Amino acid sequence: MTTLTINFFASLREELGASGETLSLPEQVTNVAQLVDHLVGLRGERWAALQDSSRVLVAVDHTIVPRSHVLRGGEEVAFFPPMTGG
Amino acid sequence: MILVQTQDFDIAEQYRCLREEADNAGAIATFTGLVREFYEHNSGGEPRVEALFLEHYPGMTEKALADIEAQARARWDVQACRVIHRIGELRGGDQIVYVGVASTHRGDAFAAAEFIMDYLKSRAPFWKRQSTTAGAQWIESRAADEAALQRWAVSESDKASKSDSDVPH
Repeated sequence: MTTLTINFFASLREELGASGETLSLPEQVTNVAQLVDHLVGLRGERWAALQDSSRVLVAVDHTIVPRSHVLRGGEEVAFFPPMTGG
Repeated sequence: MILVQTQDFDIAEQYRCLREEADNAGAIATFTGLVREFYEHNSGGEPRVEALFLEHYPGMTEKALADIEAQARARWDVQACRVIHRIGELRGGDQIVYVGVASTHRGDAFAAAEFIMDYLKSRAPFWKRQSTTAGAQWIESRAADEAALQRWAVSESDKASKSDSDVPH
C-alpha cells in the first residue's frame, strides 16, 4: 500500500477543519475523483464539498489537474477554492 | 525574478533592477496592486477593510508564477521581468503585488505585464481573507477575473486542464 500527502487550503481548510495529512492509498483508488470519493467515505458527508469541481480545484505535485488525473502513490495532492490573488 | 514575501517593496528599486537586467530596453511597463480601503465599490461605503490576510501554497506558488512568466516570455519580447506578491497580513492602502516588464517596444511591455497580472489573479495559488468592520470572510473568486483570461486565447495546456470542467467559469 502506498501513501499520499494531501493538503487543504484557505476556506476549504476551515470548512473541513483539516489542513492536511498523509493517507494510505487503497488499491482501488487510481485517480483524483476516486480519492475524493474515498475521503468522503472515510470522513462523512461534510467532505462531499470536495466533489464539487466548480468550487474545489485540485493540484497534484503543484500542477492543477482534472479529476481524471491518475494517481500512482507518493504524490502531493492539494485541494483548494478558486484562487484570489493579485 | 519572482519574489513571494511578507515585506513591502520599493518601486524605484524594482525599476532600477529592470533597467540593469534589460540589454536594450525601449520600454518598461509596471503595475502595482494596492489593498483597497473599502471592499465595496461605492466610495466611502461600509464596511471598511481593517486587514487583508494573504494565504498561499508554498512551492506551488513559485512554480505557478514561473510558468506564467515563461508563457509571457514565449509570447512577447521580454528582456527583463520582475514579479512580487506579498503574503501574510496587510492593511488598506498597502502595496500587495508588483509586475514590471522591460521590452524593446511598449506594446510588448504593456501586453506582457497585463497578461502576467491576469494569469496571476486566477492561476497562482493565493487566497485573500478580509477582516472588515462587519466581520471576516474569504474573498470569492470573480467571474470577471476568469473572463479576463479568455481574451488571451488560452493555451493548449490550459484547455486540457479545463476539459472536465475543473476550472470554474
